[in-house]
Amino acid sequence: MVPKASLGRAAGELDASRTRLGRRSWLKRTAFAAGTAVASGSLVARGAAGAPLGVPETVRKLGNPILSPEYGLPSPHESEVVRRPTDLTPTQYSSWSFTPLQDLDGIITPNGLVFERHHGGVPDIAPDAHRLVLHGLVKRPLLFTMDDLVRFPSVSRFHFLECSGNGSAEWKEPRGKTAQLTHGLLSCCEWTGVPLATVLGEAGLAPGAKWLLAEGGDAAAMTRSIPIEKALDDALLVYAQNGERLRPEQGYPLRLLLPGFEGNMNVKWLRRIKVGDRPFYSREETSKYTDLLGDGRAREFSFVMEAKSVITRPSGGAKLRKGFNEIRGLAWSGRGRIARVDVSVDGSKSWQRASLDQPVLAKCLTRFRLPWTWQGGPGLLQSRAIDDTGYVQPSRSQLVAVRGLNSYYHNNSIQSWQVAAGGEVTNVHA
Amino acid sequence: MSTRKWQAAGLALLLGAGWAFPAGNAEGRYGLGHAIAEEDVVSWNIDVRPDGAGLPPGRGTVAQGKEVYLAKCSTCHGENGEGSPMDRLVGGAGTLASDKPVKTVGSYWPYATTLFDYVRRTMPFTDPQGLGADETYAVTAYVLFLNGIVQETTALDARTLPAVAMPNRGGFLPDARPDAP
Repeated sequence: MVPKASLGRAAGELDASRTRLGRRSWLKRTAFAAGTAVASGSLVARGAAGAPLGVPETVRKLGNPILSPEYGLPSPHESEVVRRPTDLTPTQYSSWSFTPLQDLDGIITPNGLVFERHHGGVPDIAPDAHRLVLHGLVKRPLLFTMDDLVRFPSVSRFHFLECSGNGSAEWKEPRGKTAQLTHGLLSCCEWTGVPLATVLGEAGLAPGAKWLLAEGGDAAAMTRSIPIEKALDDALLVYAQNGERLRPEQGYPLRLLLPGFEGNMNVKWLRRIKVGDRPFYSREETSKYTDLLGDGRAREFSFVMEAKSVITRPSGGAKLRKGFNEIRGLAWSGRGRIARVDVSVDGSKSWQRASLDQPVLAKCLTRFRLPWTWQGGPGLLQSRAIDDTGYVQPSRSQLVAVRGLNSYYHNNSIQSWQVAAGGEVTNVHA
Repeated sequence: MSTRKWQAAGLALLLGAGWAFPAGNAEGRYGLGHAIAEEDVVSWNIDVRPDGAGLPPGRGTVAQGKEVYLAKCSTCHGENGEGSPMDRLVGGAGTLASDKPVKTVGSYWPYATTLFDYVRRTMPFTDPQGLGADETYAVTAYVLFLNGIVQETTALDARTLPAVAMPNRGGFLPDARPDAP
């Protein structure tokens, strides 16, 4: 052990400073923070100001051994990078939590941060006891164990998953203070499983097979109708995400994945698939997840999540510093690949083409970037995604013009982040 | 994938032509999974369609439904279905095109069978699948009665429930996207 007294002054102050200010302040110091008060709290700034650097404590004593812990966790300094709940539901058992998009890099969502939307809580299902039944209009009704399903030829694919209620609270007014709360019902993983077409082939479709009912083994016994075309196209029965078995809140041990389709249809804890000749009109596809239009009629079976994008940095709650800033964000389309992302810093008066990080995959998050120098003064940051079908992400006013103000789901309009003269970034409608 | 390709893929499966199966047995299968008879799926096979397919034997009246509702539903949905803390079930007729649309079983749901299906599979919230068939028919009848959709003397069963005409049955359109800009 190194005696405390021999520690460098600066290192001791670093610990004190982190404890006192917490991670959020640390992030701000290294990113968008402005003003001398915060900057002077920085160890680097203090060294640069003339005092010689001390020797950090970490180089003068052993760190923790391996397996601390066996299943690794994020640094304790990242303790504010967590999912956060909605404030709109009366119960935590049928509710949702948001992914902290503003704190993440790249395109993959860490498993512990994938957004949640449950309708009857998260069941604890032992994989050995789990069964999938495939019946209805099939030649051979079949029962599968998890072992059976894992033995099929498998595929791994990168796809986003977005709740069709993502942005629902933003229809009428700018409500969420951060990208997490405006766009965080969105995550992206590498999913591993067996193509649903393979498993359907095992049972053999009977004549007239046009729709599937997918049912979950949770307390909501969640049910959604799936068109056979999607089932035979790219649907997967998934048992792993980002290299490990599904997390309980993502459907362990088995979920349906319908790339590019609204989150609710990607039934978790999947236990039954019934093949039929018509849709089943479950509660979730009639009273919920339908799009009420201005004339009082509503659209049903709005499955695809259309092209959308959001600037995650800087975004709501950030404070810009003058000078160089890289604008970073995410774009995605349920119809295919992102072809282009445009960014405006002046509220759509002018647009610049952002660069896209590789890989750019179909029905997957794509990371975009644009170098930017903020000179101070007000600004309005926006991004606009264009997918490989030529579809252009609409402005909010364009969407409202077609669907009215009573709509709730499938809000893929352009997000506006207002930059105040002092650098504060807030969510606005523009 | 084009519609034509989808149809082709579906057709290949229907014909057992081995579409997309590079390995497996002669019929393009892997020999995985276990045969199961429909009669062994009965306890899971609880979905109900608008045409009544899937409705179980049983019967329930509005009066019986009131008793079930007050005992097991009103704590969450209000004594008269007015909602709070959970979803409002009653009212809202004529509001869907207004500034404050109220979407309830009465004003919005297109099929009475969906109400039966949902109650049967999920309710009561803290005791899901805790109602018998008679209780489910009864409480469905009571919620429809509170909405003025069925008479106080109504009894519902597998024959009468699919015939209930819901006010918003014609209120739904197919997805018309892309629709903007």
